[in-house]
Amino acid sequence: MTLRMDVIWHNAPEFLSGLANTIWLCGVSMLLSLVLGALFLGVLTSRRRQLRVAAQTFVDAGRCVPFLLLTYIVYFALPAVGIVLDKWTAALGTLVLYNTAYMAEILRAGWLSLPSGQTQSARAFGYSGFLLLRRIILPQILIAVGPVIGNQLIQLIKDSAFLSIITIPELTFVANEVQSYYFIPFESFLVATLMYWLLCSGIEWLVRRGEKWASLVRRNHA
Amino acid sequence: MPDDTQVVPALELRGVSKLFGDHEVLARIDLRVMPGETVCLLGPSGSGKTTLLRCINWLETPDGGVILLRGKRVGVRQTHDGILPMHDRELAAIRTRIGMVFQHFNLWPHLTALGNVIESPIHVLRRPRREVVHEAEYLLEKVGLSDKRDVYPAYLSGGQMQRVAIARALAMRPEVLLFDEPTSALDPELVGEVLTVMKDLAHEGMTMIVVTHEMQFARDAASRIVFLDKGRVIEEAAADEFFERPKTERSRQFLERYNR
Repeated sequence: MTLRMDVIWHNAPEFLSGLANTIWLCGVSMLLSLVLGALFLGVLTSRRRQLRVAAQTFVDAGRCVPFLLLTYIVYFALPAVGIVLDKWTAALGTLVLYNTAYMAEILRAGWLSLPSGQTQSARAFGYSGFLLLRRIILPQILIAVGPVIGNQLIQLIKDSAFLSIITIPELTFVANEVQSYYFIPFESFLVATLMYWLLCSGIEWLVRRGEKWASLVRRNHA
Repeated sequence: MPDDTQVVPALELRGVSKLFGDHEVLARIDLRVMPGETVCLLGPSGSGKTTLLRCINWLETPDGGVILLRGKRVGVRQTHDGILPMHDRELAAIRTRIGMVFQHFNLWPHLTALGNVIESPIHVLRRPRREVVHEAEYLLEKVGLSDKRDVYPAYLSGGQMQRVAIARALAMRPEVLLFDEPTSALDPELVGEVLTVMKDLAHEGMTMIVVTHEMQFARDAASRIVFLDKGRVIEEAAADEFFERPKTERSRQFLERYNR
């Protein structure tokens, strides 16, 4: 068997644009769900019980629905009740919805790991509400859970392959298109796999860099 | 009660009480601190000293009594409907006027020494950054830590952390400074450096309330001693008076343990 890498090379622009779509979809939805997750953290740790329960229910539900099913719901089921989204909005929306539930839970775990003296000293200095979250709590949480967020991003990138089901031209979709057109499944999927691997290795490298800096802050610290 | 002084007390407590369940931690505590005074709260552990301190800035909500900061009530506000608890934001505004130094320092680990000192003046008081940094550098020099300016708390010793914590509290220009057993978590050889800074502050006329077990410090720096036991003020006297001629049996016993 000879590998038809020339065909792959010929289709390099398609692969690269698929990769680019995967990257921006996951990058943008990660940033959005970090912001939303932080807002959720405010609600999850709220003193109002009903708010807390409602948020927790959403988060728990979000983490129990398979990503593929969620994609079906957003793209195929919502139009049945009158909500029609174009496929890009549906894709981004699904990613954000799904990932926000995870981010909220990860941030909450980080919040629980903070020593209680931290919030207390901040309150004594006049911090409250959003300022307390933004200046004192979130930075410490992000240092604590940075690697977990990195892992979640990798997870998200892999899950985003399911978006090919609604014909989003991301990396997996492109690889499938190319292989079925030229009948080169081995080469096509191999290249896609390599691209995912490179992307995820890059993220792991960034996480390790971040960890080095975080260990400066953390040394000796309970 | 007629007011016999023209000066408004920096801080005044009237009948402050606190319950933990059925247990009365504070029983109608009265306390008056005039501007420039250093009051040391002494007493055996469990006597309510720390709780009293934490009631002053409402980190602990008192169950009864009145707390006045320069004559203005802390923690509650007068409305048409009567007296209501303060909103978070009002409480936060009042807390900026009461500095606090904690037993376990509670520095913010994600910020450097300088970062810790400038953080609240910039983000809570919204003072201009340049001015704040300038003042913070002066304060770090005052506590002898200019060279640690850019160091994260994890790389400081306990004594250094506590001195940064003092600079951090001073940067807010508080009207009253509360110390909650500031040297109890320190190795013995590090206690001195923190007490030296505190003594200087006391002599400079900072208004301070200090919960401590350091009798020598209380003797040297306090203008007044308030001795608590089981949530009550047992004795209140000038520092010399208290250490030379304690009036109650309970305070004599207490002091004896330290003199042995």
